[in-house]
Amino acid sequence: MNQAAPRTPQALDIEQVRRDFPALNQSVNGKPLVYLDNAASAQKPQAVLDAMDQYYRESHSNVHRGAHTLGDRATMAFEGARDTVRGFLNANSISEIVWVRGATEGINLIANGFYDRLGPEDEILISHMEHHANIVPWQMLAQKTGATLKVIAVTDEGELDQDSFREQLSERTAVFAITQVSNTLGTINPVTEMVAAAKEAGAFTVVDGAQAVPHMSVDVQALGCDFLVFSSHKVFGPTGIGVVYGREELMHEWPVYQTGGEMIHRVSFEGTSFQNSPYRFEAGTPAIAEAVGLGEAIRYLDGLGRDAIEAAEKTLQQRVNEWTADFPGLHPIGTSSNKVPVLSFTLDGLHPSDVGTLLDQQGVAIRTGHHCTMPLMERFGVPGTARASFAFYNTVEEVDTFFQGLQKIQRLFAE
Amino acid sequence: MTTSTDAFTNTQLGTELTIDEIRDGFELLDDWEERYAYIIDLGKKLPPFPDEERREENYVHGCQSQVWLIHHLDPDTSRLYLLIDSDAMIVRGLAAIIMTAFNARTPDELLKVDIESIFQDLDLMRHISPTRGNGLRAMVGRIQNIAQAEAA
Ligand SMILES: Cc1ncc(COP(=O)(O)O)c(C=O)c1O
Repeated sequence: MNQAAPRTPQALDIEQVRRDFPALNQSVNGKPLVYLDNAASAQKPQAVLDAMDQYYRESHSNVHRGAHTLGDRATMAFEGARDTVRGFLNANSISEIVWVRGATEGINLIANGFYDRLGPEDEILISHMEHHANIVPWQMLAQKTGATLKVIAVTDEGELDQDSFREQLSERTAVFAITQVSNTLGTINPVTEMVAAAKEAGAFTVVDGAQAVPHMSVDVQALGCDFLVFSSHKVFGPTGIGVVYGREELMHEWPVYQTGGEMIHRVSFEGTSFQNSPYRFEAGTPAIAEAVGLGEAIRYLDGLGRDAIEAAEKTLQQRVNEWTADFPGLHPIGTSSNKVPVLSFTLDGLHPSDVGTLLDQQGVAIRTGHHCTMPLMERFGVPGTARASFAFYNTVEEVDTFFQGLQKIQRLFAE
Repeated sequence: MTTSTDAFTNTQLGTELTIDEIRDGFELLDDWEERYAYIIDLGKKLPPFPDEERREENYVHGCQSQVWLIHHLDPDTSRLYLLIDSDAMIVRGLAAIIMTAFNARTPDELLKVDIESIFQDLDLMRHISPTRGNGLRAMVGRIQNIAQAEAA
């Protein structure tokens, strides 16, 4: 396995790190690729590709079933990855780590468990900056149970309005579901404090960690939440797999989400009893190679060191700030001082899709549109934004290329 | 339909300006900046779109930008005229190319236009690929449906 060599914890050698990511080393439209769409999905290190390849070459079989050696290998690789994720989140036990397809399916699995618990007297508290994945499942739940969906306001800086949170949190709050980091704004929310307040009010607490895990270490015990979800593909792992963390006391009793093979304890035509967590939630043959790939992605990140990653990102954020401090016509959306390196913005006189198309011509990949946060777009009175989202493998020179690209676009339209 | 015939015929796109001229124009340009400056310029040639036509039935879905499309069949000449609008400059430019290809043709003539090969020649194929959420494909589909309905 070409595992990265040990590195000094202080600083990443970005050029060496970039060599670990094959997709970064290519040209698009005749220009070196500058990949700034990491919040949508991150690129994969060679170690992840190798781990999945090796799994298929040497260890593949179905898990938890075969009375043979390959079955054992597959099961060990699969369950080993689960334990890696457990460590990654500092969860207590593998019963708390459920494989799903991604954050979206994870939130649906959690919400599904509330259908028989909630009634018209209950409230579900979310925020105005949630991704649609953390809005629509709760909206459906509210419609079905008669519960009320409450929404925490967002300030002009793109932070959660803590007064709005305190005003709306009460003993009627049955579920508090919040994103740890905003995908559109980059804001890091004070989730630990908010979860503590919500628990005190008697609510179940759900954290959408999809945008947090790529940027910071996430400790579910320190957070104190009941549930947390994330997607592998945003944390440098493969697509098609993600994780629900759920506190063990809840998980063994939590309503099953899908039913079928593997997740049952005993089936007869009179009735079926289900396994304990996590298996009660994992009906059918799972995404085994993808689990292995995610485990390897986590090992890769551990190899780099979370401190070194955060330091590299801070350097990028500073460079972004230097540029935005004096960039006529550019309007950042989300100006919190507590952010991961994400820049959502509009350019005077230009539609975000124009900006995206013309950056693409220069080899720069960003995302444009509503970023699956339509209510937030409405809050800021824009139809959409252009969003550059950075990862530790981006360079200061790429930040410069991006902003110089915007200047070129402005000149083009000024003609 | 409240929009007057004049509003439709008051354009050079597809009449004086032809796809061959656009193709020749593109040949002279070498870098992306010149190409897109030219596309943006073409967008400025789109005739004004009447405000009262910005209605749901004229809205082309599947676009990040807002796109509007109306048409008019001239009863005397049997030619089909189009008006397209968008709030994104590049989409406007690409819409101008589409209009140049399709505008002021009879429905039968319009249906014979090979828009894909035009975009191929102009090296703009990616813009009408189904993966781009800019709605140009939806725009082309809408126009061809209109022509089909009017030809029948
Ligand atoms: C904050 C947040 N939550 C949830 C999701 C959904 O993740 P997935 O599409 O991987 O299920 C995303 C992805 O864009 C996200 O940014």
